[in-house]
Amino acid sequence: MAEPGGGQAYARLVRAQIRSQTQYRLSFAIDVASCALGTLVEAAVVLVVFRVSPTVGGFGLREVLVMSALAAFAFDLADLLVGNIERLSTYVRKGTLDTILIRPLRVLPQLLATDFALRRVGRVAQSSVLLVAVLIYADIDWTPARALMLALTPLAGCALFAAVFLLGACVAFWFVESGEIANAFTYGGKEFARYPATIYPGLLRRVFGYGVGLALVGYQPALFLTGHADPLGGPNWLAWTSPAAAALAWTIALLVWRTGIRHYRSTGS
Amino acid sequence: MSFASARPLRPDRAPDRRARLYRFGALFGAGFRRWSTYRQAALAGLFTNIVFGVMIYSLLRALADDGRRPGGYDTTQLATYVWVGQGILSVVHVWSWNELADRVRSGDVTADLLRPIDPFEAFLAADLGRAAYAVLARMVVPVLAGGLMFTLYIPHRLYTVPLFAISLTLGTVLSFTLRYLVNLGAFWLLDARGLTAVWLLASGVFAGTFFPLRFLPEWGQAILWFATPFPGLFQIPLDVLVERPGPAQQIGSVVLQLVWVAILIPLVWRVQRAATDRLVIQGG
Repeated sequence: MAEPGGGQAYARLVRAQIRSQTQYRLSFAIDVASCALGTLVEAAVVLVVFRVSPTVGGFGLREVLVMSALAAFAFDLADLLVGNIERLSTYVRKGTLDTILIRPLRVLPQLLATDFALRRVGRVAQSSVLLVAVLIYADIDWTPARALMLALTPLAGCALFAAVFLLGACVAFWFVESGEIANAFTYGGKEFARYPATIYPGLLRRVFGYGVGLALVGYQPALFLTGHADPLGGPNWLAWTSPAAAALAWTIALLVWRTGIRHYRSTGS
Repeated sequence: MSFASARPLRPDRAPDRRARLYRFGALFGAGFRRWSTYRQAALAGLFTNIVFGVMIYSLLRALADDGRRPGGYDTTQLATYVWVGQGILSVVHVWSWNELADRVRSGDVTADLLRPIDPFEAFLAADLGRAAYAVLARMVVPVLAGGLMFTLYIPHRLYTVPLFAISLTLGTVLSFTLRYLVNLGAFWLLDARGLTAVWLLASGVFAGTFFPLRFLPEWGQAILWFATPFPGLFQIPLDVLVERPGPAQQIGSVVLQLVWVAILIPLVWRVQRAATDRLVIQGG
């Protein structure tokens, strides 16, 4: 059944998840609402920050809002699609990964479908509205190149975050109780991408900004969209490298994933 | 229903205070030991705390450029706020805790209710044990790491450090009491996920973990301080430590935490009684 029925089986897994998650209706409604509210709160944090300081790392409110909104949208989309891979460490610890491995379906899509978190749809909806509002507020001087950049950036950013999620989850194959290491790069990565790279000390900026590529999610595209020169001296075509960075990150993530699956030995409990 | 005795037996009616204290101590020790077995997890958490510490401090430091004092803090106070803050995050544990809610959903909670100890007291003792372990495993290292990288604020008033210890303990009790209340919601909703999400959002923003609450306008601060218990979880212990307010306010804010504890614990008992009264145990 693996070949012809595969897609159908995943769809069924997702549908089962949706049914189970909407079972407790009131609880689910509260969950979606607070998820969506979280996006607004994160945007409000930028306003609070600018209440106590007129500039942040040499940038004004408009530019930082653009960075923040781009990063939030890319992250929320990645979180919706693959964020539940975080639960891999629980599967490894409890040994329940075995049940997934013996099914005649591919492991990664199965895991993603099994824990699909419907409530995150509310978050993505909110952050896309927010992104549009911010772009209008920022009063960008639109050119075809900038429009193309806007189309490209959230997708590449989403792919990059998704690769980080996957890599973070893979740590569980080697260190069973490793949950929080991944958080430094996933949630930490989002936090990093929301503010100008100029505020970070050199080592952190090099590792997160250009090693992991997170400067290409918010900072560089926002520079390009608002026509602000990079105070760090980076060329302004740098923002265009985000799809290549995302592709590279995915190649590495899939390689590590494959090695991890081969390395996996059940906990035997 | 014949299972009416599923109502928790109130331990305060037990005559022997010493036995009660002993029981509390034993559960505290169990909580401490339970968490001390996850050494890899503690190490992973430390790494994350340090990365977040550098990031949050970078942002706050950028706000203090040109000699500005955001929220009235100088840069050493901000550094201590961030680094000790990263340290106490896992002590106070403002994140999700679903143990009770899961037990409600699975029905295991009936076993807790039949024990001769109030479940709130039992879970609180274990949580304080967890917090004590977190002080050793999660608080000391980020503070040292921060101290190596940045200049931290050293308290001047003699009583500040003991007052901080009291304030941190009260913050942990407050946090647990609120988490317990959220979990009690599962008796009505059967599933505490929605309530947990609200709790995560509220505790994150209103306790001061996203940014020091003193960045907010005065009226916003007044509402948070006096109408909600949230600043008591995180902001108050840290403000006590960095001596942001004057001595009177410093002591006053700890009294405020105490008032919230005095309001919330009886509330927990009332909600718990209402919850167990409507509990239906599925026969099987």
